Amino acid sequence: MTIDDLMKQDSEWLKGTGPNADIVMSSRMRLARNLDKAPFSNRSDSRQLEAVLNEVRDAALSTNFLRGATFFRLKDLSEVDRLFLVERHLMSPEHAKNTDYKGLIVDPKEIVSVMINEEDHLRIQVLQSGLNLKECWRIIDSIDTDLSKRLPYAYSAKWGYLTACPTNAGTGLRGSVMLHLPALVFVGQINKILQAIAKLGLNIRGFYGEGTEATGNIFQVSNQASMGMTENDIVDSIDRIINQAVRREEAMRESLVAKNKEALIDRVSRAYGTLRSAHIISSNETITLLSAIRLGVDLGVIKNLDRRMVNELFIQTQPAHLQKLEGKPLNSNERDVKRASLIRKNIK
Amino acid sequence: MLCDICGKVEATVHLTEIVNDKMTKLHLCENCAREKGAEMEEHFGLNDLMSGLADLGSNLEPAAMNAIKCPSCGFTYQDFKKVGRLGCGNCYEAFKKQLDPLLKRIHGANRHIGKVPLMSGEIASEHIELQDLKAKLEKAISAEEFEDAAKIRDKIRAINEKMKLNGGK
Repeated sequence: MTIDDLMKQDSEWLKGTGPNADIVMSSRMRLARNLDKAPFSNRSDSRQLEAVLNEVRDAALSTNFLRGATFFRLKDLSEVDRLFLVERHLMSPEHAKNTDYKGLIVDPKEIVSVMINEEDHLRIQVLQSGLNLKECWRIIDSIDTDLSKRLPYAYSAKWGYLTACPTNAGTGLRGSVMLHLPALVFVGQINKILQAIAKLGLNIRGFYGEGTEATGNIFQVSNQASMGMTENDIVDSIDRIINQAVRREEAMRESLVAKNKEALIDRVSRAYGTLRSAHIISSNETITLLSAIRLGVDLGVIKNLDRRMVNELFIQTQPAHLQKLEGKPLNSNERDVKRASLIRKNIK
Repeated sequence: MLCDICGKVEATVHLTEIVNDKMTKLHLCENCAREKGAEMEEHFGLNDLMSGLADLGSNLEPAAMNAIKCPSCGFTYQDFKKVGRLGCGNCYEAFKKQLDPLLKRIHGANRHIGKVPLMSGEIASEHIELQDLKAKLEKAISAEEFEDAAKIRDKIRAINEKMKLNGGK
């Protein structure tokens, strides 16, 4: 499998199915692990990093789940290809920098990826469509167990899995969900909900991850604490809180349809009209309008589009995807033109 | 100098940004800088966290605390405070007096109760048990206590089987 093969396929996690997939776009889980024998990535020398890279690659590719997966050595990829992998949520933005000894393993369905020599020697990640953290845990747990037969981990009975940053120690587990909450934003209740979520110990970020604004009414919510709870308890507590948020969004959507239908149809139709006819469009405007379209599809205001296609446009309209599609580098203005043309092709 | 973005507040953060090979200098107030980007945010967050919490729960002089060194990788506590990352797994033990309260602040707990990997404590204890049994076996054989020796041999076999199962193909 090559990067271009990935380009041609649709990621499994964007398919728009699974529990509460109208509101929870995707669930993601990652485990941070380190090998016992070498210092953490930032402290290892090139020989140690090379050894970790090879050892983890061989071990991962021989696990049941990753037997058919592909290994990429990041320094062999172009900058656009690396950004492409970030945009597809297969690796972190951090992993695209200083790539000499970094690797990435991706399974053919793009459900599982393993970053090698990121901040921790291993960052195992599982992506699912909808609210599906339990399934994420089931998959990631089995891969991790398989890996631990081959790789002696840095682990202490007291502190659990030892990670470069103490914020990840213990279980090394971070579960996050991407929420689409346009109705709560529309009625101005979003801050109340986000504050409540934050009080319950979850972190909230924007669509593009750490430190970004919540464009397009999309919020990423993840657990903050990774020590002192079992993995199942972490999953349960995120699940419970997210379910509450989902119920609130559902109620607001119902009330929008019942009491504010014209305003709803107006907003959705204007977004539809702009996307269908624009010839130059920025990334931010795209996300804002796609959010409205997605709500329209979910509420049956728009009947001729499906959720999967809208989900995919969120990803495909990003810079590296557009450049891969065009087959050459594009500057910002050229991308705005290409983006508009791609959208017009899909939204008719 | 006023902030380049809001134009209202004194600029305290000075950024050099390279976009499409063009270099621009930005002078920002803290609020606008915070909004400016992921890396900035992370930087601020980490420093706040570490400088605010890292010296918790220790009665050592700051200088003495900063000089604590991990015997395994040579990382000092000061290094940790500077980069917000530890050097290796053994740093946890080396800095435990400082880390325990920090972990408690971050996670609300400083003890792990989750998953245990196959290849660490568990395997290690089986190794130790195996060594013991092998020594006993030799003793039993040299003392010609063959009934005991057979029992010990069966135990060794059972552990070996179990380790083979856990240890993979």
